[in-house]
Amino acid sequence: MEKQKYASKKGRERLSLAVIYTILILISLVWLIPFFLIVILSLRGEAAGMSAGYIFPKEWSFKNYITLFTETQFLRWYGNTLLVSLVVTIFQTIIVLMTSYALSRLRFKMRKPLMNLMLILGMFPGFLSMTAVYFILDSMHFTNVIGLILVYSASSAMQYYICKGFFDTIPKSLDEAARIDGASRHTVFFKIILPLAKPIIIYTILTAFIAPWGEYMFSSLIVGTGSMDNYTVAVGMWKWLENPQLRTAYFPVFCAAAVIVSIPITALFIWLQRYYVEGVTGGSVKG
Amino acid sequence: MVDLEYLKMSPWGKFWFNFKSFFKRLPSSFVAFFKAIPKKLYKLWLAFAGIFINIGKAAKDGDWKTRTSFGIMGFGLLARKQYLKGILYLVFEILFVLYMVFFGWKYLAQMGTLGVMGQVEEWDPALGAYVTKVYDNSLLILLYSLLTIFIMVAFVYMWYQNVKGNLLSQQFTEAHLALPTSKDDIKSYANENYHKTLLSIPLLGLVIFTILPTFFMIFIAFTNYGPGHSPTVNPFHWSGFDNFSSVIVGGISADGKEFAITFREILLWTIIWAFFATFTNYVLGMVVAILINKKGVKFKKLWRTILVMTIAIPQFVSLMFMSQLLADQGLINSLLMNWGWISKPIPFLTDGTVARITVIIVNVWVGIPYSMLICTGILMNIPADLYESARIDGAGPVKAYMKITLPYMLHVTTPYLITQFIGNLNNFNIIFLLTGGNPPLDVSGSTGGQTDLLITWLYKLTVSDGQYAVASVIGIFTFIVVAVLSLVLYNRSKSVKNEEEFM
Repeated sequence: MEKQKYASKKGRERLSLAVIYTILILISLVWLIPFFLIVILSLRGEAAGMSAGYIFPKEWSFKNYITLFTETQFLRWYGNTLLVSLVVTIFQTIIVLMTSYALSRLRFKMRKPLMNLMLILGMFPGFLSMTAVYFILDSMHFTNVIGLILVYSASSAMQYYICKGFFDTIPKSLDEAARIDGASRHTVFFKIILPLAKPIIIYTILTAFIAPWGEYMFSSLIVGTGSMDNYTVAVGMWKWLENPQLRTAYFPVFCAAAVIVSIPITALFIWLQRYYVEGVTGGSVKG
Repeated sequence: MVDLEYLKMSPWGKFWFNFKSFFKRLPSSFVAFFKAIPKKLYKLWLAFAGIFINIGKAAKDGDWKTRTSFGIMGFGLLARKQYLKGILYLVFEILFVLYMVFFGWKYLAQMGTLGVMGQVEEWDPALGAYVTKVYDNSLLILLYSLLTIFIMVAFVYMWYQNVKGNLLSQQFTEAHLALPTSKDDIKSYANENYHKTLLSIPLLGLVIFTILPTFFMIFIAFTNYGPGHSPTVNPFHWSGFDNFSSVIVGGISADGKEFAITFREILLWTIIWAFFATFTNYVLGMVVAILINKKGVKFKKLWRTILVMTIAIPQFVSLMFMSQLLADQGLINSLLMNWGWISKPIPFLTDGTVARITVIIVNVWVGIPYSMLICTGILMNIPADLYESARIDGAGPVKAYMKITLPYMLHVTTPYLITQFIGNLNNFNIIFLLTGGNPPLDVSGSTGGQTDLLITWLYKLTVSDGQYAVASVIGIFTFIVVAVLSLVLYNRSKSVKNEEEFM
């Protein structure tokens, strides 16, 4: 009797595990198939559109990749985007760290009002101010990569939230001990807090670096109205598909470009996954 | 409700109780919010009055050096050998005067009209031909006069600091205390003034690229800047609340555009969308997290990595690809037709209702990895003995989920849920890259679409229609919606937090 019950329970657990595995495999398929499709479609050699109604190419070839690099300005757009992300990463990381440290550790009269101000500013749709920003940049002839860098970096301070949450968890006694030994605020920040903040620094770098690659709204306004030389990958690739006449011809090239854009970022992301997860889970729970 | 009774409730019951009491308290918390306003105004008034008291004190108690610094900033400091500070104040004042005389004043003077004469064809005797001359550019007038106002405010602040600083330095001298030297001043920027060192650059960026443009667009909402008025050719003017009334009251404008019905439709859909997008992502993300975290499931890291990978791939890539897959002539429809499952394409993105369902489902696909991560982190923190005791009491997995997991998660992740909700109200990428807001709304003269959110409509009004003034009004309304909702929701999350800790 006892033994039978034990066995049936084990059987039930096995069944539920089997169900879970099935679901997980299904989920993984649903999540991976689109990316798999992008790769397959980018290797299609013949000129058949999406409406042809089959998946695997009749003729496998790297033709679309060759077109991408020789006949389009993709490489230039890629360079623009890379430049923007690298510079923005540096600026944004510095700005976020400075703001977070000031708001977490220093006590000054304007601290609370400042935090409220940023909260309120965050409630305005960011795009609202973009028209004005466009005119400012246009009057300085900055409707190019420089303008984009300025726009992305300038509002960085408002992303202090997660980083401040991290600084808040570092014990204050560390600061105080150093202050008693005669260290200045500046020394405390550089010698004590920053070395401890490695995970959150990596998180900030990672998110700052990835953001420009997927951003369309601001970049389409700032660089999308001018010369094609100034496009980022998002703007350029959007233009390929925007026009119904171009769409069929450019779709395989779009897929090839998507593969080229995604691979390095995904690799970077998987490599630094741990820090991303730490940042996301840490930042969301502390309200 | 007695406290004891409250404590006896199950976690789920507690949540439900809080939920109900929040809505019961809603009217009174609104009243409390407005009641607090006079108090805050009084405080503001006190702070304001304090400024004048200080200035008055400086005028009464100050010696001639301090009084001179009312006109020549930093004079008292220079006279008392605080050279660095004194020179900085003086330089600032000179720069300000130069700016006002040569630049700021002429724009500020035109702020009332925003320019009268636009582009004019004029006979140029030197060239012997007609040339186009631009006189007033309304945009630049508005932009630079706002900038001038900002700079004037900064100047008044600096002037006040200067008066205070001069008086302080005088008081130090009278009390025979050592004045801080320039070296001390510099050093203080690594210590008690360190926040100024750290925050000056971030704030400068914020003022130029966020605060000034936001003010600018708020002002634009009160002008008639639209398709009929290009800033150089035909200057635009102040038009009071005209744009607000065309968005609220409605009617078809002179150029055959309709805004009020569109606004109502889009606002409603925006809120519905934000609710469903947040809710589906959260619940399903939690389910996936629970499945992966279940004891005995192997390759946890692999499952998680597969999902996390999709966060890394730039959103415009995956979303634009999806929109191509789901198009009427797209791969999915043509595959299904080839297999003979359907005879005509499913209108994933071209029928209003279907498109709305499609965007919510695709949003699940995009959002689950993220909410799964959040939930995983928290699930691991739920004490295992809670489940153990629930099992001993005979609770099955579903009951354990309803009684332990869900209430715990809701309790811990409320702030996250609120930010997600607010974020979804302004979720540009999903809608714009997937449907572009289409199919169009069935309203004559409307520029909106059935899947448009306020933010994508705002984008279209600005970029493709040139309806800048109306777009600004929509932006202001979006702000109001977001602000009201977050005020209400955050209030509630605070009350939950303060009232009790879970378990």
